[in-house]
Amino acid sequence: MNASNGPIARLSGLVKRFPMGRGHFTALRGIDLQIMPGEFTGVVGPSGSGKTTLLNIIGSLDTPSEGSAVVLGRSIGELSHKQAADLRNHHIGFIFQTFNLLPVYSVYENVEFPLLLLRKPAEERRKAVLEMLEWVGLSDKIRSRPSQLSGGECQRVAIARAMVKKPGIVLADEPTANLDADNSHHILKTMVRMNENFGTTFCFATHDEKVIRYLRRKILLEDGRVTKDETVKKPRLRRAGT
Amino acid sequence: MIRFLIKGLLRDRHRSLFPLLTVTAGVTLTVFFHCWLGGVFGDIIDYNARFTTGHLKVTTKAYAREADLFPNDLALFGVDSLCRRLQDQFPGTQWSPRIRFAGLLDVPDENGETRSQGTAVGLAVDMHSAGAPEIGRLRIDQSLVRGTLPESRWEMLISDTLAVRLGLEPGETVTLVGTTMNGDMAMRNFTVCGTVRFGIAAMDRGAMIIDLEDCREALDMPDAAGEILGFLPGESYDPIEVSRIASTFNDPFAGVQDDFAPFMQRLEDQGGLSEMIAYIDHFSGLLVFVFVLAMSIVLWNAGLIGGLRRYGEIGVRLAIGESKGHVFRAMLAESVCVGAAGSVTGTAVGLALAYWLQVKGLNIGSFMKEASMVMPLVLRARVTPTAGVLGFLPGLFSTVLGSLLAGIGIYRRKTAQLFKELEA
Ligand SMILES: Nc1ncnc2c1ncn2[C@@H]1O[C@H](COP(=O)(O)OP(=O)(O)O)[C@@H](O)[C@H]1O
Ligand SMILES: [Mg+2]
Repeated sequence: MNASNGPIARLSGLVKRFPMGRGHFTALRGIDLQIMPGEFTGVVGPSGSGKTTLLNIIGSLDTPSEGSAVVLGRSIGELSHKQAADLRNHHIGFIFQTFNLLPVYSVYENVEFPLLLLRKPAEERRKAVLEMLEWVGLSDKIRSRPSQLSGGECQRVAIARAMVKKPGIVLADEPTANLDADNSHHILKTMVRMNENFGTTFCFATHDEKVIRYLRRKILLEDGRVTKDETVKKPRLRRAGT
Repeated sequence: MIRFLIKGLLRDRHRSLFPLLTVTAGVTLTVFFHCWLGGVFGDIIDYNARFTTGHLKVTTKAYAREADLFPNDLALFGVDSLCRRLQDQFPGTQWSPRIRFAGLLDVPDENGETRSQGTAVGLAVDMHSAGAPEIGRLRIDQSLVRGTLPESRWEMLISDTLAVRLGLEPGETVTLVGTTMNGDMAMRNFTVCGTVRFGIAAMDRGAMIIDLEDCREALDMPDAAGEILGFLPGESYDPIEVSRIASTFNDPFAGVQDDFAPFMQRLEDQGGLSEMIAYIDHFSGLLVFVFVLAMSIVLWNAGLIGGLRRYGEIGVRLAIGESKGHVFRAMLAESVCVGAAGSVTGTAVGLALAYWLQVKGLNIGSFMKEASMVMPLVLRARVTPTAGVLGFLPGLFSTVLGSLLAGIGIYRRKTAQLFKELEA
């Protein structure tokens, strides 16, 4: 594997079918796509177009029906459960629409969890967790429980949790769908800064204009096919949200 | 990681406290009911042994056939030497001759006219010889309500209920009208020295207790007795030992046709007690089975619901990179902890309750007025070593089974499927 030179993800002829009734439903109809290291990209399209399905395959939560998806040098369709878990554990961070924090754990513990799975030593964990919480501006809430936080704060914890292990790629599925405009801009700006600072690749699935304007590459997905793939020279970042 | 999981377990009451309470309750009930049943049935058998059947009983073959009618015309003769022989042959076991009889009690007024009358069931036991083990065995001393134990000849104890009905006070005289061995009428005056209450409906309704020698003389039964009761050392029943003694004793008489030959019966051979013992075994087995089953179902469901409730959490953990195997093992480990803790608590509480019942007893006298079976009026439990295992293992087992099944559901699902459920 050579993640720094090759693409983070390379999809070719990717087809995904779901069994449905007696036949099946085809959610992805032949996707050819490469995502390079350091990209700040997004899959854009209407609801039901297959964005989540695509992200789940890149994230090794699901497998292709046809074609191939090679993520960080590993062929997603050929991984065992354990190998897929390992890939996610080391290299992939997830951010969800519904935050999905673990309710019984504090902010600090939620962010620490991926590092526990990686068996990092305590001191290293503490440094990394505190650093990330500072990045998302929650240093004063480390003892709080998710139920005591606002939606925006929860999503910031989720970002810290996804980023704490410095993954190769962060997959964010509709991260702003449950947030108001201010919070949406706030977390997008944070992620842009992280992308610039750590070189982490970000891939979104969204149909939210507020997100789309931050993207440097927009992959338009319609009915399971890529219909447009454009790179924006200058994202309207500096004008946004101020 | 382990600390992290324990923290989660302790903080999430749905995962720790509620299943724990369920297991505790289930195990408590199982253990308690097992002890309680053991106590009730054990007491019934024990009382029957003390008052009617002995652990073993020697009668004539003919008497055994009609034992319910106290057929004293079919009584054993040469009882003293027979007792000595039994004592030699089976040392350690105590042999006590008894006579059961029915009679009429006539209470005279100061002119010798009948003041009141009543029928009574009589029991004659040895009350005057040294040690008199029968007094302790029947707990006569503890059952005394008024008056004293018989100290000299021709004294009688009667049940307190009967004494009240007949208007008798300790110290007054009654006439016992009965039947001799040969079928003649027998009359004898006794002094009522005291009244008793055993807590056994069949005895308390109307019983009289007299000394064996007085009875032999009154009913003209020299050196005779209806029955000789045998009690194993320590007065605790041992079905194997009892069978051995009975067959050793009976074998020499096997071919003998003589109706008056002695014949030994075990406790369970008498008065339907074998059915009772089998019934007890089945019943307590069934009860425990039902409880364990019910508890398993409840805990299994609790485990399943707990597991389903956690699909979201598990989905996130999988996404973050925990393997399914790790999630599964963590869930099982959690349920082992919860199951073990609940079972320990439940066993402790159940045994404590049972012990309390064993020591204190529960008086059910008012429900049992009509019972003719010799049956104690105070319910007690019996704490046994099996009771502990009995609740503990199923408690643990069903908790683990519940989360095992929930876990398998998670294992079999596609990871992405868990996410669909997570987003819904
Ligand atoms: N597990 C599944 N089984 C059947 N159909 C599915 C499944 N997952 C997604 N689909 C279908 O695939 C299509 C694309 O879904 P999805 O990727 O969630 O779209 P998007 O995220 O763009 O809204 C939808 O029509 C959806 O109903
Ligand atoms: Mg979607």
